[in-house]
Amino acid sequence: MLTIKEYKKVESLEEAWELNQKRSSRLIGGMMWQKMSKGNCAVAIDLSGLGLDQIREDADQFEIGCMVTLRALEQHQGLLSYTDGAVKEALRHIVGVQFRNTATVGGSIYGKYGFSDVLTLFLAMDTYVELYRAGTVPLPEFAAKDYGRDVLVRICVKKHPGRFVYQSVRNTQTDFPVLTCAAARLPGQPFLAVFGARPGRAVRLFDDNGILGEQITEEAAREFGKYAAGRIKTGGNMRGSKEYRTHLVRVLSERAALSLADGRENRNDCHS
Amino acid sequence: MNLRTVNKPVRKIDAMQLVTGQPVYTDDIAPRDCLIIKLLRSPYANAWIREIDTSRAKATPGVWDVYTWEDVRQDGRRFTCAGQTYPEPSPYDRLLLDRHMRYVGDVAAIVAGETERAVDLAIKKIRVAYEVSEPLLDFRQAKDNRILVHPEDNWETLAAVGADNLRNLCAHDESAEGDIEKTLKESDIVLDRVYHTKACQQTMMETFRTFCTIDTYGRLHVVSSTQIVFHCRRILANALHIPKSMIRVSKPRIGGGFGAKQTVIAELYPAFVTWKTKKPSKLILSREESMTASTPRHEMEMHVRIGASKDGEIQGIDLYTLSNTGAYGEHGPTTVGLSGHKSIPLYGKAKAYRFVSDVVYTNVMSAGAYRGYGATQGIFAVESAVNELAEMLGIDPILLREKNMVRQGQKMPAYYGLMNTSCALDRCLAKVKEMIKWDEKYPVRFVGNGKVRSVGISMAMQSSGIPGVDVGSATLKVNDEGFYTLLIGAADMGTGCDTILAQIAAEALECPMENITVFGADTDASPYDSGSYASSTTYVTGKAVEQCARELRERIVALGAKILDVPAEAAFFDGREVIFDDDGERKSISLHRIAAYSMDGNTIALEVTKTNSSPVSPPPFMVGAAEVEIDLQTGEIKVIEFDACVDCGTPVNTNLARVQAEGGILQGIGMALTENITYNGKGKLYENSLMQYKIPSRTDIGHIHVAFENSYEESGPFGAKSIGEVVINTPPAAIADAVFHATGKRFYELPITPEQIAMSQI
Amino acid sequence: MTVTVELNSRKVTRNIEPDMLLIDFVRAEGCYSVKRGCETSNCGLCTVFLDGLPVLSCSVLAARADNRKVTTLEGLLEEAKEFGAFLADEGAEQCGFCNPGFLMNAIALFREKPEPTEQEIREYLAGNLCRCSGYEGQLRAILKFLEWKKERGHK
Repeated sequence: MLTIKEYKKVESLEEAWELNQKRSSRLIGGMMWQKMSKGNCAVAIDLSGLGLDQIREDADQFEIGCMVTLRALEQHQGLLSYTDGAVKEALRHIVGVQFRNTATVGGSIYGKYGFSDVLTLFLAMDTYVELYRAGTVPLPEFAAKDYGRDVLVRICVKKHPGRFVYQSVRNTQTDFPVLTCAAARLPGQPFLAVFGARPGRAVRLFDDNGILGEQITEEAAREFGKYAAGRIKTGGNMRGSKEYRTHLVRVLSERAALSLADGRENRNDCHS
Repeated sequence: MNLRTVNKPVRKIDAMQLVTGQPVYTDDIAPRDCLIIKLLRSPYANAWIREIDTSRAKATPGVWDVYTWEDVRQDGRRFTCAGQTYPEPSPYDRLLLDRHMRYVGDVAAIVAGETERAVDLAIKKIRVAYEVSEPLLDFRQAKDNRILVHPEDNWETLAAVGADNLRNLCAHDESAEGDIEKTLKESDIVLDRVYHTKACQQTMMETFRTFCTIDTYGRLHVVSSTQIVFHCRRILANALHIPKSMIRVSKPRIGGGFGAKQTVIAELYPAFVTWKTKKPSKLILSREESMTASTPRHEMEMHVRIGASKDGEIQGIDLYTLSNTGAYGEHGPTTVGLSGHKSIPLYGKAKAYRFVSDVVYTNVMSAGAYRGYGATQGIFAVESAVNELAEMLGIDPILLREKNMVRQGQKMPAYYGLMNTSCALDRCLAKVKEMIKWDEKYPVRFVGNGKVRSVGISMAMQSSGIPGVDVGSATLKVNDEGFYTLLIGAADMGTGCDTILAQIAAEALECPMENITVFGADTDASPYDSGSYASSTTYVTGKAVEQCARELRERIVALGAKILDVPAEAAFFDGREVIFDDDGERKSISLHRIAAYSMDGNTIALEVTKTNSSPVSPPPFMVGAAEVEIDLQTGEIKVIEFDACVDCGTPVNTNLARVQAEGGILQGIGMALTENITYNGKGKLYENSLMQYKIPSRTDIGHIHVAFENSYEESGPFGAKSIGEVVINTPPAAIADAVFHATGKRFYELPITPEQIAMSQI
Repeated sequence: MTVTVELNSRKVTRNIEPDMLLIDFVRAEGCYSVKRGCETSNCGLCTVFLDGLPVLSCSVLAARADNRKVTTLEGLLEEAKEFGAFLADEGAEQCGFCNPGFLMNAIALFREKPEPTEQEIREYLAGNLCRCSGYEGQLRAILKFLEWKKERGHK
């Protein structure tokens, strides 16, 4: 497991940033995944004394501190109702309650893990990442670029009147996903589907060609599924082959589109 | 029979200690000053250690010593780690430290030090130069391959099991009755199929662990999480080349075994270190080591041919099993036998059978004993074939079984020619049919949202101990105030055998459970017992307990009569008093007083030891039916209901029998659907943790319902047979058939994954 | 480094290595109920409460418990006996090795949701693996315990 020479509970973000500039330092979130790494770490930087374990909601947005646990996230009433339960559907499969009581949002996003349900979920929303030095950047940009040794402070989700759906396929209920799929219908943008665990990092796909149209029909949803399957790059690993994943991209994007069609119940929670 | 304690839901006598988390397991009671042991393991599947430099490791502060093949005579006698009765059928193919690495995970060096940190550091400092050779990874290519897993001269086999190390053969066997070729030729229909099952992991929650100390007499005391204290003593004596008299093995509470702890895994290394250093030492295997360097189920490929008449009478079964024992031969020659001898006899009308088997060495982790022990694999194959046969014949699979199943009173040619003395298989089948509402649900229903629900069924059998081999013993003694101590060498690994054996004693002694304390297992103090495996404890050791209690009653009467000064023949014991009642002249003396007397000027020992072995092994029977829900597009599958009915003779403890069944069923479901084993091209196992090897969680299963239909087995204690293993055997074939009913696709290999299901529908 | 942990209502100040895990800390303090079943945060055997919330002590640094409350089953013996008796009455404790972690998380569930549905029970305890029982007996024990609690509450 990870060995740590010094443990430092920092008193300011500046101190955290300073310490983190050394390659031998590590910011620790919940430490769930880092624990299993085999490296050595000179200084483990703990942000838990900075009050970053809060979710603030106002009329326009959610501000989610990097140390907010996944459990707190899934239980937040505001997020639950804003996402029609998609947040819970995205998180409830992650190992178990005890795991989610320690794993942090910051750790999940900062790690940009391919299997991340959290990254998939937030990429479907209008999400921004607040970095200590680089400032606020849109999440898709953060996911795509390297921000070096900056410190992730919080993430912000801008509220829009819209609807969300989250689905995943797993070999067992608490396993890593074989494929994740979050989707959003938000005003002023085409239908958005996000695919994670491809097994690579989650990516977004907009219905730029308007396949789905205004009223999503079964026919249109099927076409969108085919379109997504053609566009989303997948690969194979021990949980599923490239071909299976591409098949799932088609199935889940079709279902996502249908469940966000007007007048339909979305599929969040249907996988119980 | 009017039973007071047997056949009741008695609470386990250690239950409250367990649920309150008391320190009763190996690592909880290990001395705090134990040397910590860790093992350096081979990264190669087939390699020789050319050079190994341990100087820097030994110089690490806090490190006590480092041991390599150079510390073990390479031409010394080899041994097996299999916990079996001597002479073991498993070949003697191991050294404690070998220069030849035969799988990824084989032990290259032992490091012992004062702290985990020091040992971890030292392991990194060992420099090994390996001479890497091509590994033999495909078990279908193993027999007579040019790559030999055991080319060494001192490889040895003690039993005539058809083994030949120069052909990579760990065993070969053939048995038959009738003319199978003729029978199949004359059958209206012959089904010919090949099935494949993988090296599933027992995955008990407590990994392998052992600590050792040197006792007052300079002997090695081994405390280990083991099912086999006596075999363990012999194996360690063989491995260390020291007299058995110098070793004592005892077991504390065990955090699950399922057969895994019927093989010596962890014990070798602390025994070696403590014997060398005379200091206490312990080894706790990590989960990764437990998953990659232990002894899981034997991978098997089974070729079934089954012949039947048009009206559904099964005429003959021909089975060839190829079993993969991996790098070493533990349990190789014996597990394979069960794949035929405990599947073919389910069909009593067959005129002929043939069963041929090969067990081969390969350069993967060694296989061993896992609940079901080969029967699980064979029953998956034969029962799947019967399900497919039913489809081909257009007969309901339940009806086909009703026509053909073995019944009480029949001779079972493929089951060592033994008689079926107690069998409620027919009642079990009828019960399960009703429980699952077969007639409503068979074969498939569409439930909306792209989902379907379907059902499938399987029968199963096992054994109750190894006939003519397994030995079970019990000692019972009377203590002050008349409470009893029951000493056993069987190992309660969570199954509850301490309680079950105490129930049998209490029943026979007509006393409350509280009057019996149980001690075991310890080679210095327990009467000899083969150990807890092969579904033997309730049937074999349980009978010893019953006999022991009956004889102890005679002793109590003898001593009571002596005190009362009456003839013993005229006195009797009612569980509380010895009573003499001769036409109105009534005298009695309480057990309490007899016990006190027995410790004061007495010469009649109030202590009896009985040893039992059975020439027969009456099989328990079972029927299981699965209802699955499948998303045909994504392939996701869930067993929403599993209904089963067991005939284990008289269930000694109705609660524990039920939980055994429920637990075994879920393990079988895991084997059928989620527990996969895959290797890379160099022989490295991918499923090396609970993150990658997926045993079912409680969200992966609907409900498991278990019922019992009791037969009465005259040779068992109060009519009991075994239950421990049979319970894992029905899910694979039942689920595979349910999947067929939902998808139209037959699966011949386990596990059946969502990917396979989804891709079969495109 | 020095940490002060309120372990089962008792203040403990110890000098520890910065990478010591909470499971090793509590076991070194004699809380042997806390078991290690894996290295990958999957099994739930090591569940303890950190400030009242169930966490995996194999995945939390002891340093993180500084100035916080840690509770193990040793600190919840009355509750453990009360609920554990129901488990014992089903024979569902079996080997017992997963019991402490399972009981801890079950107690957390009862505190958070006094009347959970069957689905909520399964989901809350999904991270507690058991290889012996098939979970069915554990579920029976929970349902009977909740029924008993409810009846007792009415009286």
